[in-house]
Amino acid sequence: METSASKDSSAIEDFGIDYAPAIESTSLLNIKEKYGLFIDGDFLDSSSSNSFKTLDPSTEKPLSEISEASSADIDKAVKAARNAYEKYWMTMSGAVRARYLFRIARHLQERSREFAVLETLDGGKPIKESRDVDLPLAAAHFFYHAGWADKLDYAFPQRKVEPHGVVGQIIPWNFPLLMASWKLAPALACGNTVVLKPAETTPLTALLLAEVIKDVDLPPGVINIVTGAGETGSALVEHPDVDKLAFTGSTEVGKLIQRSAVKRNLPLTLELGGKAPHVIFEDAALDQAIEGVINGIFFNQGHVCCAGSRLLVQESIADHFIDRLQKRIELLRVGNPLDKNTDIGAINSKAQLERIDQLVKAGVEEGAEVYKPSCSLPEKGYWYPPTVLTGVQQSHRVAREEIFGPVLVVQTFRTPEEALEKANNTPYGLSAGIWTEKGSLIHWMAARMRAGVIWANTFNKFDPTSPFGGYKESGFGREGGMHGLAPYLKTKRKRSQ
Amino acid sequence: MTGNIPITKTYKLFIDGAFPRSESGRTFSVVNPQGELIANASQASRKDLREAVRAARSAQNTWASRTAYNRGQILYRVAEMIESRKAEFLDLLKSGGVNSRTATREVEESIQRWVWYAGWSDKYSQIIGSVNPVSGPYFNFTVPEPTGVVGIIPPSEPSMLGLVSRLVPAIVSGNTAVVISEGHSSLTAITIAEVLATSDVPSGVVNILTGDQTDLLPWIIGHLDVNAVDISGINQDVDLTILEEASSNVKRLVSRKVDEESLELISDFLEMKTVWHPIGR
Repeated sequence: METSASKDSSAIEDFGIDYAPAIESTSLLNIKEKYGLFIDGDFLDSSSSNSFKTLDPSTEKPLSEISEASSADIDKAVKAARNAYEKYWMTMSGAVRARYLFRIARHLQERSREFAVLETLDGGKPIKESRDVDLPLAAAHFFYHAGWADKLDYAFPQRKVEPHGVVGQIIPWNFPLLMASWKLAPALACGNTVVLKPAETTPLTALLLAEVIKDVDLPPGVINIVTGAGETGSALVEHPDVDKLAFTGSTEVGKLIQRSAVKRNLPLTLELGGKAPHVIFEDAALDQAIEGVINGIFFNQGHVCCAGSRLLVQESIADHFIDRLQKRIELLRVGNPLDKNTDIGAINSKAQLERIDQLVKAGVEEGAEVYKPSCSLPEKGYWYPPTVLTGVQQSHRVAREEIFGPVLVVQTFRTPEEALEKANNTPYGLSAGIWTEKGSLIHWMAARMRAGVIWANTFNKFDPTSPFGGYKESGFGREGGMHGLAPYLKTKRKRSQ
Repeated sequence: MTGNIPITKTYKLFIDGAFPRSESGRTFSVVNPQGELIANASQASRKDLREAVRAARSAQNTWASRTAYNRGQILYRVAEMIESRKAEFLDLLKSGGVNSRTATREVEESIQRWVWYAGWSDKYSQIIGSVNPVSGPYFNFTVPEPTGVVGIIPPSEPSMLGLVSRLVPAIVSGNTAVVISEGHSSLTAITIAEVLATSDVPSGVVNILTGDQTDLLPWIIGHLDVNAVDISGINQDVDLTILEEASSNVKRLVSRKVDEESLELISDFLEMKTVWHPIGR
């Protein structure tokens, strides 16, 4: 049932209407008790025999035991990638590389339901999101980049392009398979081989992807998947035989990686944090803007680097808008991520839940007012209700720091100039949103907001053809589109004839 | 009789369109290959660097909001002015030990390069930007925008072509620059500053410091209001751990080995912005 923003939940309760649970079955999953490291085409035990558990964050039940890659394992993986680069990948034509990528895309589509359920189980995100967003986009990224593999010359006029060689990639836990696809597809299309490290709380879909990689007969060592936490990542970053690094994650860790890479003049792309302004002008189409704001901050529990986490609403409509927003939030369904009705799933990990809680408390101490809906939360698992903080000043921690959870902070403005100044008053610059019916104002704001992705009268839209990445401390380099190829290639001047 | 005693030029810094001495009062000797003193140039301090960055920051928005056509016109005008001062640049290069033929070629190439990049001002965004065929009812386009304030450590040799090759691709898109020149090449740099001061390039768009590149390097690398640094000209023996501080604000570092004309040198100091808008009735 689609509920309009003006209805309130009590009306629905009065009629005794509620959703019947529609739980997605997990019966098609075949989760192993223990997973090795995927190196050189096979699953190997970690040299240290260390392992860690991955949990279902909605129940805290362990799902599987995961090998932790030591620096010796990283070395093995990098050697496998180097060997695969020299033995197979470097000499293969773009057209052949493309065929492998097309195959991976097809297998992802065919096994999409299995991947979606596993993603939801391991990460806590609502099944309707992993089913309708993560999986279709992951397959689309392989499809899109497959087509580039034999057309790279067209993307770089007058330049001769060649791959870097072995690429080290580190991805976060918020979109595990999708981030793997964002990283792997362009790297492979450009002719590199890869050592990929998934996040320690969400390794399972990457390991299922390893099965797909075997099924499509990708030459061994072209993709290696090494699981582990910070130490594993750092061993990959420091490995002397990696030719290029790509990282998606927090600005804090990104800075450490940059410190390490600059000394070695190592090519690097960083896709880091954000604190996106979401600007609502008084003439905006309010029904749509409310939905946009909800989607902007509560999509994937707010575990989104480009989340619209700072609502800037024009003073003339602020009270009305916030009132409507709260009524809409009251209707959000928080709970079992496998339930197809669920809007907000589980927080990804205990550590993240603690961070969200700590930041919101800091906000309250600094004088913010908290609004939380009356929803009940499951007893087991990691949960945080959708939350709105009003009365927030620019100096407050909650206005400056990335919360990475379902928490929206609200500020107001009077003029477009003030909106712009507040929007840009952050070291981040990943994304921004604008809602107004006035076209010239959209372009005026869009041209002045210092962010890599601007959503006007929409939010949180993604596509493999659309370059994504940040300004300022949100990182550098783009992923997706023609612009996403450049970081994975070296270019030289073409000899003129 | 006075005609036998030439009036020599005082080389100062170039900050916000003015020519101040270093606030430190320090200078360094610039000598020719025979070891004879040519000039006492100003040795910029950390505080001069901060002033230069401040000037560059306050000029950046205005420069970037000029139309591309206007920036192209202004930069072409600079090339005209350099052309009219060719003789002076030739003498300067020769005083640094470059032979006459090489110097002539360097000046010609520098002017040509300046014109080449000036001409890109209203073209690069058509080559680099894109309209993206997303699978949904959205108009989606990507446009390049300037990174902001750019620090430039130009190579000292060739002094004129080196500076022109690093500076013009950075400012053509609307970035503003803080250049740090060293040694004899400082004289060429400040002479270019004199050209800029009498051209239509707004104050603060280009700021030129002279002195010790290695001394000033940590301060520009760590400066939180500098968005990118071109480190192509840093000395070979510099301890690269200095560069770690670039991460304090996720600064873009650029290093290019070859000295060439390339659109990529413009791209080095661009950010790509992608805008989505629904299509509907």
